[in-house]
Amino acid sequence: MSVENPVERYLRTDRMPHIWCPGCGIGTTVNCFTRAIDESGIPMDRLAVVSGIGCTGRVAGYMHVDSFHTTHGRAIPFATGLKLAAPDVKVVVYSGDGDLFAIGGNHFIHAARRNLDMTVICVNNLTYGMTGGQLTPTTPEEAIASTMPYGNFEHPFNLPYLAESCGAVYVARWTTYHVTQIKKSMKEALLKKGFSFIEIISPCPTLYGRRNRIGDSLDEMKTYKTRSQIKNGADTKSVDLGMGGPIVVGKFVDRERITYQDAMEAFYTRKLGDRYARASH
Amino acid sequence: MHADPAGVLTGAHFLDGDHAACEGALAAECRFVAGYPITPSTEVVERIAQRFPQVGGVFIQMEDELASSIAIAGAVWGGKRAMTVTSGPGFSLMMEHLGFAVMTETPCVFINVQRGGPSTGLPTLPAQADMMQARWGSHGDYEIIAVSPNSPQECFDLTLKAFNLAEQYRVPALVMMDECVGHMMERVVIPKPEEIEIYPRRFTTAPLDEYLPFAPEQNMVPTMVRAGQGYRFHMTGLTHNEKGYPDMTVSGQARLLTRLTDKIKKNATALTDVVADQVDGAEAVVISYGITSRVAMKAIQMVRAQGRRIGSLRLRTVWPFPEHVIRDLASNVRALVVPELNLGQIVREVERLGCGARVVGVPHAGGTVHDPAVIAQAITEALR
Repeated sequence: MSVENPVERYLRTDRMPHIWCPGCGIGTTVNCFTRAIDESGIPMDRLAVVSGIGCTGRVAGYMHVDSFHTTHGRAIPFATGLKLAAPDVKVVVYSGDGDLFAIGGNHFIHAARRNLDMTVICVNNLTYGMTGGQLTPTTPEEAIASTMPYGNFEHPFNLPYLAESCGAVYVARWTTYHVTQIKKSMKEALLKKGFSFIEIISPCPTLYGRRNRIGDSLDEMKTYKTRSQIKNGADTKSVDLGMGGPIVVGKFVDRERITYQDAMEAFYTRKLGDRYARASH
Repeated sequence: MHADPAGVLTGAHFLDGDHAACEGALAAECRFVAGYPITPSTEVVERIAQRFPQVGGVFIQMEDELASSIAIAGAVWGGKRAMTVTSGPGFSLMMEHLGFAVMTETPCVFINVQRGGPSTGLPTLPAQADMMQARWGSHGDYEIIAVSPNSPQECFDLTLKAFNLAEQYRVPALVMMDECVGHMMERVVIPKPEEIEIYPRRFTTAPLDEYLPFAPEQNMVPTMVRAGQGYRFHMTGLTHNEKGYPDMTVSGQARLLTRLTDKIKKNATALTDVVADQVDGAEAVVISYGITSRVAMKAIQMVRAQGRRIGSLRLRTVWPFPEHVIRDLASNVRALVVPELNLGQIVREVERLGCGARVVGVPHAGGTVHDPAVIAQAITEALR
């Protein structure tokens, strides 16, 4: 008797094996994502995944949906054009911390400000994996990176706080230890209208974990388990990440705000009346 | 296919080149524009912002030119015809996405209303100094199409044409205007919708599981899809195979790059668009494009008045370069004179091809057009 893996239909199995290292957390998040799509009821033909560049940037290529592997940092503006042109498609940006918040940071804040109807999933492994473990805007202070060989003295971003301040309507953070919660948050984000953001703290045992003496991926999962504190509704100002100390996780923001497209259509209808021609799709 | 009447402002108008380019895009059924304000191109997007809500278009002012230049790619894969508009500094920022559009065969239009550079340069004054950047500014080997209008009427005509060529060849097409052409006001005649030919996007008709998004079809160009149709396709800026999957091998790179460049190179003759005037039997021919072609015509008349046989060759399409035309000319004239609002860009192409004839550049750093007398003197000296 053959049993189908429920995840498989969402993946391009003809592209396996994937490029991710043993112990990497990206695959775990993708597994959660497939289950979230499944439970969301969103048809695969109406889902597009857009990625930038880097390890997480490869997610788009493994998803068996319309998928776009774009340029470094620019997944969000690509997704902006895609969503405005094809509003019937659910658009998910799936990328890493360096891609979304260093080179792509400007686009993130503006997409959140506009409340574009898209979900942004950030796999935050605290480093640039693809290029060999350099400093990102989320690398904790004191952490070793190949371009911070004596440890990081820069102050990192607190991503949930950034997302909330800029106007995201849904903000959650989990670690790859929290697979059930990731799936649930992803499903909620997929079904949420507006700019939703999920940060997933994820191990990079090959580079970040090794340099910072965290051990292998299993050891990192153990630290996630011990350090994590679930605080739904926590004030995002208080969820900074350090080398040690708590990792505050949970659903922090879930609010309503008119989306860019709805605002545009309502505004032009009010201002132009019959002269307004809605975009056809 | 004829133009959608909704976007066509049929009639005779008094427009500047920026506004005429906007109308050309509308007539071409462009329904998505992403832009960022930059002098002297801003009037294009200002008019778009005013016109689009009434014709079913979506305009978004993005946070920068990096964003604008890839938002249009997203919109194209969402099924729209799309363009962005900029000038020198913004054009520099867009270079990565020019290459991305080439690599992913995303038909789209970039308008560059050129100003003096480098860097911030001369924001409100003309130049034609981005011509080589258009051709070589993105990394890697590539081919694009670039047109150069010399009047508001041609800003309309050639923007429309750029959209059609972008669709036909699945490449980014560049409208290389300049500040003078962008801001001069002239009569612009916009035809009736049924007189405007639109090259429709060629969508695949393949069964869902058989479609290969990057398999060459007619004229080496693959057919397209849009997101949400069930094809579940993949596209990437990585070197890829016909399925759109990464194929980072020596043979994969050779195969893809050969096709991407051949689809333009091997159609260079079909893409040639030049206006020749009295080149048969000419002693010298002036090769020019954009605003400089109008100044050059005055210079040509001055030298003709002295009894010399001077021809004019105006390039409406600059890239791909009309090599065969230049080669033919070079073997029949004594001199080729190339005035341009830069310190010598297109003249290098002519030097490369113009063996036999004397090739003389007439550089000008920009800020104004040439003094026609300077071009006339260069023609006279070239024949000495």
